[in-house]
Amino acid sequence: MAEITMKNIVKRYGDGFQAVNDVSLDIADGEFMILVGPSGCGKSTLLRMIVGLEDITSGDMMIGGVRVNKKAPRDRNLAMVFQNYALYPHLTVFENIAFPLRLRKAPESEVRQRVNEAAEMLELTEHLGRRPANLSGGQRQRVAMGRAIVRKADAFLFDEPLSNLDAKLRGQMRTEIARMQRRLGTTTVYVTHDQTEAMTLGDRIAVLRKGVLQQVGSAHQLYEEPANLFVAGFIGSPPMNFVPGRIADGRIETPFGTVAPTSERITRIGDRDLVILGFRPEYFEDYSLVPAGARTRGHTFTVDVDVTEWLGNELYAYVPYEAPEEVTRQLGELERELDSEQMRTQLVVALDPASRIRSGTKAELWFDPERMHVFDAATGDNLTRDPDRTFDDDNVHAGVRTE
Amino acid sequence: MVGQRASRWWTTGGLLILVWALFPLLWMVSLSFKDPNTFRSQTPTFFPSKWVWTNYQTVFSDALFTSALRNSIGISLIATLLSVVIAMFAAYAIARMDYPGKKFLLSMALAIAMFPQAALVGPLFNMWRSLGIYDTWIGLIIPDLTFALPLSIWTMSAFFRQIPWEMEQAAQVDGATAWQAFRRVIVPLAAPGVFTTAILTFFFCWNEFLLAISLTSTNRARTVPAALSFFTGASQFQSPITAIMAASVVVTIPVVLLVLAFQRRIMAGLTAGAVKG
Ligand SMILES: Nc1ncnc2c1ncn2[C@@H]1O[C@H](COP(=O)(O)OP(=O)(O)OP(=O)(O)O)[C@@H](O)[C@H]1O
Ligand SMILES: [Mg+2]
Repeated sequence: MAEITMKNIVKRYGDGFQAVNDVSLDIADGEFMILVGPSGCGKSTLLRMIVGLEDITSGDMMIGGVRVNKKAPRDRNLAMVFQNYALYPHLTVFENIAFPLRLRKAPESEVRQRVNEAAEMLELTEHLGRRPANLSGGQRQRVAMGRAIVRKADAFLFDEPLSNLDAKLRGQMRTEIARMQRRLGTTTVYVTHDQTEAMTLGDRIAVLRKGVLQQVGSAHQLYEEPANLFVAGFIGSPPMNFVPGRIADGRIETPFGTVAPTSERITRIGDRDLVILGFRPEYFEDYSLVPAGARTRGHTFTVDVDVTEWLGNELYAYVPYEAPEEVTRQLGELERELDSEQMRTQLVVALDPASRIRSGTKAELWFDPERMHVFDAATGDNLTRDPDRTFDDDNVHAGVRTE
Repeated sequence: MVGQRASRWWTTGGLLILVWALFPLLWMVSLSFKDPNTFRSQTPTFFPSKWVWTNYQTVFSDALFTSALRNSIGISLIATLLSVVIAMFAAYAIARMDYPGKKFLLSMALAIAMFPQAALVGPLFNMWRSLGIYDTWIGLIIPDLTFALPLSIWTMSAFFRQIPWEMEQAAQVDGATAWQAFRRVIVPLAAPGVFTTAILTFFFCWNEFLLAISLTSTNRARTVPAALSFFTGASQFQSPITAIMAASVVVTIPVVLLVLAFQRRIMAGLTAGAVKG
């Protein structure tokens, strides 16, 4: 059993910088946990505290029910794949993978057998005699993984292991890591920048921002029920559109007309002077392609399309809209604070690729007001969120709290 | 086509420089095998008309040379060893730690390396005499160290800075103690730097002339570069030139051997491939 439990973990660096702030997180035995967040938000710091390379300023780090705050890395029995692999250049691939076993003075026959096993799994068998300098990026990455899996560690920690590989190799290695983790069933914490890795690899995702944990949940939960503006803007590509709105008499005024959603998740909010409305790009549709039955349910509006981008399986349209200056200023401030770029007074709309809408034309767009998210303009909290909603294919481990 | 012609030019240029550099060496070797009585013949030849070992016999039977050789080896080895060991600690600190005055220390080391040795000879001569270490090994090792240390520290810290120190942490996560991580990962990575530094420092001490000639007066501590200038040949009536050349060949051999033996070590960027990219 190797569940990892963090209780109120704080990290303050020597220069007084608080890199991790009161993070509490439960990772179940065998779970694949993804850690995402913008650069400098403390992901690596958190990982290094788990593995023991960084002192914990306060809080409890429990691995397998034992408090490890004061334990040296070697006593924690965790394996880590570093951001830049950190292979031993003076050793062959075989000896690199065997290194942890050699340190434990494992018998030669066992070393041989375990290394060969790992090499076979990672398709490194024919490279065992070579040195890391002569390997390709993907091969080095696999050697680093081999070194991690060979010793049957209690948990794997990955720090952006694929960030320097080209796109094709990254996709390949991504599936390989997923397969390996499923097969071994080892608790895994995986740090990444990459949307695709975050959404596809893990059982759950933890979103970190400036050292503060924002939300923990399955990819579906983060995408469909983001806890706040930050998570909503961070998860998803292209990101969610944020527009200003006002709720008066149960009706919501948006820059593209007034709508009156009736579902409880929105009506319970009550009247508010200023809210931020969130629309995923795919919430919009080309009116002419909406089935007749759905047309009356949604809201239709006419816009000037600035630019369109056709990607084969997607059509993105960029739509500028008018917003009162006061609101624009407020959104601008939010944007700076959020380190997010998509707060301009422009919508990104994902349309059916069959749509005939083109750059520089007028278009009729349609959206279903029941789907929109409503955020508190001051705190950024999602007012329409259902924190307990689960999704069919969520792979959340039994007994794990979702937050 | 242009590339081929350019590369031919490079080859030719390289050969010319090589000949230019090797000519005195060849001349030295050739002279050392010539007969000391007849090498100034009417019809000079580049290679000896008769190859003889007399010059080598002369230098090795001369106490001046044999003791100088002993002094050179001893003093250079001791100075190199001390210098490398001290520089290793210093370079480790410079590469790994941040402490106040690091920049100052480094620039001081550089300043000392730049300091004209000739300016020190006079004061040192007087000081060494009153301290009673004039014309002793220690009297040469100390000033050798003064000038070799900055060289060693700079070379070695440049090497140490290139070591990916994340390796040490990787080893610790893999289950190594701090000592094991140092011993099994850092030492092998640092070795080429230490080797290179040791060789450079050894050459520096081996070739040192000014201090050696100023701070010695007898065979007790005189090193080969200094002793060569006192050479007289087998008898007063013989020109010492061929014998000096033989002695020069003898002291050049260790240098050449060292370079040949360690050139792969020196060249090899052993840290290549440690990280991605
Ligand atoms: N040794 C240190 N001393 C002081 N501050 C540090 C130190 N290491 C990191 N930090 C700071 O802590 C914050 C978090 O750093 P960390 O490396 O954990 O970020 P990260 O989320 O891994 O970013 P990236 O995605 O760029 O790798 C950063 O703002 C960084 O400046
Ligand atoms: Mg990082």
